[in-house]
Amino acid sequence: MSDGAPGGDAGYDEWADALAEDGYYLSCPAGHGSLPPRRVCPECGDDSLSETPLPATGEVVSFSEVHVAPPDFAEQTPYVTAVVEFGPVRLTGIVRGLDADEVEIRTQVGVDVTRNEATRNRLVVFRPR
Amino acid sequence: MTGVRVAGVGLTEFGEHAGRTGRDLFAEAANVALRDAGVDRERVEQLNYGNFMGALAERQSHQAPLMAEAAGLHCPATRYEEACASAGVAVREAVRAVRAGEVDVAVAGGMERMTNLSTERVTESLAVAADELFEVRAGVTFPGAYALMARRYFDRFGGDQTDLAHVASKNHTHALDNEYAQYQREVSVEETLDAPTVASPLGLFDACPVTDGASALVLVSEAAAERHDLTAPVAITGTGQGSDRAALQDRETIAETPAARRAAEAAYDDAGITADDVAVAEVHDCFTIAEVFALESLGLYEPGEAVGAARRGETTRDGELPVNLSGGLKAKGHPVGATGGSQIAELTRLLRGDHPNSEWVSDAEVGVTHNAGGTVASAVVHVLEVAG
Repeated sequence: MSDGAPGGDAGYDEWADALAEDGYYLSCPAGHGSLPPRRVCPECGDDSLSETPLPATGEVVSFSEVHVAPPDFAEQTPYVTAVVEFGPVRLTGIVRGLDADEVEIRTQVGVDVTRNEATRNRLVVFRPR
Repeated sequence: MTGVRVAGVGLTEFGEHAGRTGRDLFAEAANVALRDAGVDRERVEQLNYGNFMGALAERQSHQAPLMAEAAGLHCPATRYEEACASAGVAVREAVRAVRAGEVDVAVAGGMERMTNLSTERVTESLAVAADELFEVRAGVTFPGAYALMARRYFDRFGGDQTDLAHVASKNHTHALDNEYAQYQREVSVEETLDAPTVASPLGLFDACPVTDGASALVLVSEAAAERHDLTAPVAITGTGQGSDRAALQDRETIAETPAARRAAEAAYDDAGITADDVAVAEVHDCFTIAEVFALESLGLYEPGEAVGAARRGETTRDGELPVNLSGGLKAKGHPVGATGGSQIAELTRLLRGDHPNSEWVSDAEVGVTHNAGGTVASAVVHVLEVAG
């Protein structure tokens, strides 16, 4: 498997690839944020969604140092997984460039994308800013 | 609308059943339940069966007809899958079918076979209850997800790992006399705190074990109970379900579990009770922090207050509100697709007086079960009452 799921995951793949540059999220006219693939805003159902630039810096909402992982991540343990808030959306990924004891709730990070060497899936990563 | 009685309950021992097939486990639980109920197999009109990871563990989907066959039932059979709440929804839909007058006698429960997989494979199989694109591919494991929730809870409300260790220790103590429990042994607060980290801040003893097991209930209409002279003193008087966004990142908050709050409100409203009426609870403590979320969602504690409940001795067997007298998922075990049925089987035994821990709740008239799927993107709550 060289590109995520066979046939790919349209919407998600393009979104994740864009994280290498500025990145984006989807916003509806009411200002709700969401991540693709989306037909409608999950909050209000509006189908007029537009790609909006992701803020450059996000804030850690929570994190955990994972010691027991499935085979796809076994080579990387221990690793720090985090949920990070970028304006109206939150992203989940792995923290790179900071040890677990250097991460706190409210730590500021930027987002990037790489590949999981075990699966070749796209992997969202956060780096210190 | 007719009332629903629990006419019979059946469980296998929870633990490692090396080499035993899923169909054999469920057949045992169903057999025990039917014998307990004193209901002829021919009278069963519907089987609602919960199972989560059979396609991964036994390469077996489409399990419901197989389980009906194993249990000697000749009726429509349907599998329900809602991660760890699979049996909870299976029971709920059986309750609704009986209430609607569609059937008089239903069997509901579930089964999971897990210990035949390696720890890595179990971790992988459980993780698929999360959002594949946004969580699983980002390295979120099942313990990792609850760890994210726990850390956020601590940040918002306070509480610490020692508070959670008291939850683990309490539930192990409760399991000591439960013949169905996977771990009938004490685990101290110190042992819990010293255990290896699985996903910080959660350690090995904050987590429920990997378990094989099955549960089954025989649910009957009040009319059928009377007609067939069945001994069925416990009624299911309330059922409620709630859902939330699948991924933690998309939730309004991860320091609370709103889906369970919605399920509880619906179940209480259905039963015509309030949280104040609840005297005993079996809740979904897949991790110690999950018991905290459960108690707050059930309205038994205000947000931020439940984390110290076990430490203060309020939820222990001799406390004001005993929680998880079965040992909970933590010590009794968590065969994922069976758990929701097992909770109701245990609460029924507690209320009718034939559970090893019934003595601690001999005056209890009202109890609740709380069954959660994944990181509580799904939740099912049932109210059980002594109907006499």
